Amino acid sequence: MLRFLLRRVGLVIPTFVAVTFLSFLLIHLVPGDPIEVRAGERGIDPQRLALLRHEYGLDQPLWKQFLRYEGQVASGDLGVSVVTREPVWNEFTTLFPATLELATCAILFAILVGIPLGVIAAVKRGSAYDYGLMGLSVTGASMPIFWWGLMAILIFSVALGWTPVSGRISDQFYVEQWSGFMLIDAWYSDDKGAFASAVSHLILPTIVLGTVPLATIARMTRSAMLEVLSEDYIRTARAKGMAPRRVVVIHALRNALIPVVTVLGLQVGGLLGGAILTETIFAWPGVGHWLVESIQRRDYPVLQGGTLLIATLVILVNLSVDVAYGYLNPRIRR
Amino acid sequence: MSGVENIVTVPIAAEAPPGSLRLFWKAFAENRGAVGGLCVLVLLVLAAVFADVVAPHSPIEQFRDHFLTPPIWQAGGDPTFPLGTDDVGRDMLSRLIYGARLSLIIGFTVVTLSLTTGTVLGLTAAFAGGLIDITLMRLMDIILVFPSLLLAIVIVAILGPSLFNATFAVAVVLLPGYTRLARASALSELARDYVVATRSAGAGRFRLMFDTVLPNCMAPLIVQASLGFSGAILDAAALGFLGLGAQPPTPEWGTMLAGALQFYQRAWWVLTFPGLAILITVLAFNLVGDGLRDALDPKLRR
Repeated sequence: MLRFLLRRVGLVIPTFVAVTFLSFLLIHLVPGDPIEVRAGERGIDPQRLALLRHEYGLDQPLWKQFLRYEGQVASGDLGVSVVTREPVWNEFTTLFPATLELATCAILFAILVGIPLGVIAAVKRGSAYDYGLMGLSVTGASMPIFWWGLMAILIFSVALGWTPVSGRISDQFYVEQWSGFMLIDAWYSDDKGAFASAVSHLILPTIVLGTVPLATIARMTRSAMLEVLSEDYIRTARAKGMAPRRVVVIHALRNALIPVVTVLGLQVGGLLGGAILTETIFAWPGVGHWLVESIQRRDYPVLQGGTLLIATLVILVNLSVDVAYGYLNPRIRR
Repeated sequence: MSGVENIVTVPIAAEAPPGSLRLFWKAFAENRGAVGGLCVLVLLVLAAVFADVVAPHSPIEQFRDHFLTPPIWQAGGDPTFPLGTDDVGRDMLSRLIYGARLSLIIGFTVVTLSLTTGTVLGLTAAFAGGLIDITLMRLMDIILVFPSLLLAIVIVAILGPSLFNATFAVAVVLLPGYTRLARASALSELARDYVVATRSAGAGRFRLMFDTVLPNCMAPLIVQASLGFSGAILDAAALGFLGLGAQPPTPEWGTMLAGALQFYQRAWWVLTFPGLAILITVLAFNLVGDGLRDALDPKLRR
């Protein structure tokens, strides 16, 4: 197991270096000299420009700059936002809990709704219910979620007035942030209305971000269940006179969940991509919203650092999924 | 030498046996959703091709006395603008029809670019093996590490926002899927007897790659391509929505949505129709893709 672990980690390192190289290139590929961009519209004295370029090492050969950048990244220095002058790392760590909270709720929603729907569709195979559900599932997977979010706001917030339009919590509540998760912080705050407000702000973004994974999970669960339900041991369990519900839940679902869990690991990238759109629509103060703003403000250090951090996150999640597999299934350790 | 080559390769390169098209259609038509999707696609293609004839107005003409006119079935509707007008008095229906043309062109360009490049790269990796194989596939893994929309955003940030650059960015993002698929199917074909036979008959590498192996790898690639259309259209529309794709006044559906944001409380139609158009188009491609998979890939058929 240890050898397997070391080999997986060893495979990740070149990928990580390549990803840092790409993010390093980003700053050099965007139009405009970084110093001149920082100087803004008024321009900069050529002498001072040369001095600053020297100070930031921009007059050095590219490979030296890259080594320098690698060193900075390794020590957690991802540069400073051009707009706020805050270190990119600090901004990311402040905003990331909001994204994580939204993504966690979305994937939980997708699992808790998607798996039961998929199971029922498989058990009632060929029924109107099955067809209807699979139709909905294709529709969900085809959904342009930026439009879906706007429609949800139009219907539930504007027309019906059930949920707030944007943000994480109403302005009237002040919640001290210690975990970064609004739900947890609001729960432990003295003001009990704060928690209700946080929940009502979270509902629509959760549904919108969870729609595509929900459709995928329901579909995967259905086909995995259909496969398992035709196995001999299910027939045996039924022949023994076991209650049908017990056969489905205890015998079939457990084995059907393996491919479903595989798909879950693949959802992380899509979820982060969806978070960019969902956060933009609901003005959710997370990293997706932050990245979109960074482009509009031409804040390239933020785009560079944020992209690098998100890619790193995906690498780490993939690695842990791989390792978890190796742990659960000794056959793939080789 | 050339005589032997001809004898061996002609039957392989020949058309599929007669009747296979009918067999395919029979399998495809079993799936009612796929047939429905195909009908929608045919309508969309017709609308896109004959946009100049079908559309009642120009997509960018501004009717100064018809700002935000509602659709005809609502009070205040105007029969000359069946789906209403937007905030500067442009006919929604005409913009949607021209938008269909754009979306189909985007989808087609993206799929063509990533399918051909991916197939060539995948076949190269499978045939060359060794260092070339490892380098190419690692490169694809690196592309896959980025969430697809984020990578597309970064590429557009580098190249500058435009419809062309957005199309290119989406093609890059979708490339690894085709490369991996082409490599995997080529590898499984390479071990077959017919490939060994052709090779021992003296066929060159290019002939082996494109004439012998490729036709037998097409089924999964075609399926992936038809499903890739929907991904391409969705991603390009998302870029347009974020202001990084087609620029106004281009009647691209995602860009239209971005422009409608300020008015959505007053004029639901400006927001509803472009998104509905995206949904219907993507849904149609997904249904057809599923149908193609069931019909072309007997291994996956249930």
